[in-house]
Amino acid sequence: MMDVAKKRQLSRIKTLLSVIFLLLLLWGSGYRTQVSFQDLFSGIPNIFSALADMLPPDWGYFDYVTGPMLETIRIAILGTTFGGILSIPIILLSSRNVTRSPFLFYPARFILNLIRTIPELLLAALFVPIFGIGPAAGICAITVFSLGIIAKLAYEAVEAIDPGPLEAMTAVGANKIQWVFFGVVPQVAAHFMSYFLYAFEINVRAAVILGYVGAGGIGIILNNMLASFQYNRVITIILYTLIVVAIIEFISNKIREKLL
Amino acid sequence: MRTETVNKKALLPKDVRKRLIWRRLKIGVIAAIVILIYAWAFRGFVKDFKINPNAGQSIKAIFNGIIHPDWDYIVEPGGEDLLHALIDTLAIAVLGTFISAVLCIPFAFWAARNMSRRRWISGTGKFVLSAIRVFPELIMAILFIAAVGLGPFAGILALGFHSVGMLGKLFGESIENMDLSPREALIASGANRLQTLWFAIVPQVLPEFMSYTLYRFEVSVRAATILGIVGAGGIGAPLIFALQGHTWDRVGIILIGIIVMVTIIDYISGAIRKRLV
Repeated sequence: MMDVAKKRQLSRIKTLLSVIFLLLLLWGSGYRTQVSFQDLFSGIPNIFSALADMLPPDWGYFDYVTGPMLETIRIAILGTTFGGILSIPIILLSSRNVTRSPFLFYPARFILNLIRTIPELLLAALFVPIFGIGPAAGICAITVFSLGIIAKLAYEAVEAIDPGPLEAMTAVGANKIQWVFFGVVPQVAAHFMSYFLYAFEINVRAAVILGYVGAGGIGIILNNMLASFQYNRVITIILYTLIVVAIIEFISNKIREKLL
Repeated sequence: MRTETVNKKALLPKDVRKRLIWRRLKIGVIAAIVILIYAWAFRGFVKDFKINPNAGQSIKAIFNGIIHPDWDYIVEPGGEDLLHALIDTLAIAVLGTFISAVLCIPFAFWAARNMSRRRWISGTGKFVLSAIRVFPELIMAILFIAAVGLGPFAGILALGFHSVGMLGKLFGESIENMDLSPREALIASGANRLQTLWFAIVPQVLPEFMSYTLYRFEVSVRAATILGIVGAGGIGAPLIFALQGHTWDRVGIILIGIIVMVTIIDYISGAIRKRLV
């Protein structure tokens, strides 16, 4: 009885401490960033006036932005493809059940984690001085970014595969390449494709804003229109993006449902 | 040899043969579509591809800067330094996540299929959430800058509203997956709506809610690092200045700062999430 009562008390203290910590964190953050809800309420009319500036959308502008929109999709397609291809060796290196040696899979995972911490916009900004303003920088940024996503998801799938076929192949004397090709690949190919498409969905959205730092696509125009306060064109670009992203997500979701 | 295979195929029942043909046709069509898409994508790429004439120099300068980061920038008198900017970034992510965690609860119940009798109610909820999701946070930040001016508050609001889309979806799904029998038992014993909510629904979904919120916090920390590019506070502003000014040693130290911060946050949040679920 004592034990139960004590445990309850302990867990209550723990909850209380967590709540206090959370409140302190929120208060500290609010203090540091000088949040003022007075500003928000006095600013709400400004949001509506900005939204009112956006209406009506400049429908004729759809025609003009189709080219950059296609370029954005192209950046996403090529970046995801290169990232997917480059991720294959890293996936095999990072999986415990393929590589076997901790001296290989821990460093590979460490590099993967490093890659995933860098925001794609920053990657793009680093590639722009190398390739110049244009889509090539965007493609490189998306390549590195999707490499991180696909490899992370896929190596976990590789680690979860059925070891039976692998053991059978070892038993009949397959070499490492045959072992990977006939034992690992058939088991994870569908997962890999699914993650590839998932990364593609994310990348289409990411590619839209890449132009902000000069890495090609529709973002450059978006930035120009925002800077010159042509809000009814801004809303056209946003609507166009929404439609394209929605269509791509729909198709990709349908394919992914069929894959898994 | 060849006649043998033909004979074998002829032996197959007719519907199986038909299915085989259909399958081959389907694979062929899919392959053709994929090849067309790639042909289109690569043609544009090859047409536009160019490397800056002084790319070699740039790469050298960037690497040099990243290898020799500007350590003095970490702490500087006056407070315009890396540490303060990182703390600001974290604060933006904390408050943004908190706002979205509160805001998304009604959306989650709206979008959950088992919380309303009519299908179109949850359907519209899901549609609204996905519409919020596709609105990029940078655009939202620009809108909020129009309302509350430049500064971290605009970033907080942008993250807060953008995350509602994803969090609402995840919360809604965890509501859909919960066990409804405790709720029915409570209703049967005469509990009112608030009581069923508090005693049957909240205890079931709370651990998942917290886990998803932490996950979203990890995403928001990454997002908060770039909000400053449009002037919505955090590390992004000094970063974009350093990038535009080509002061690569400054870029290097900021990059290291972001990597260290995100890694620590991911580690802590991952450890807590493991204990939660």
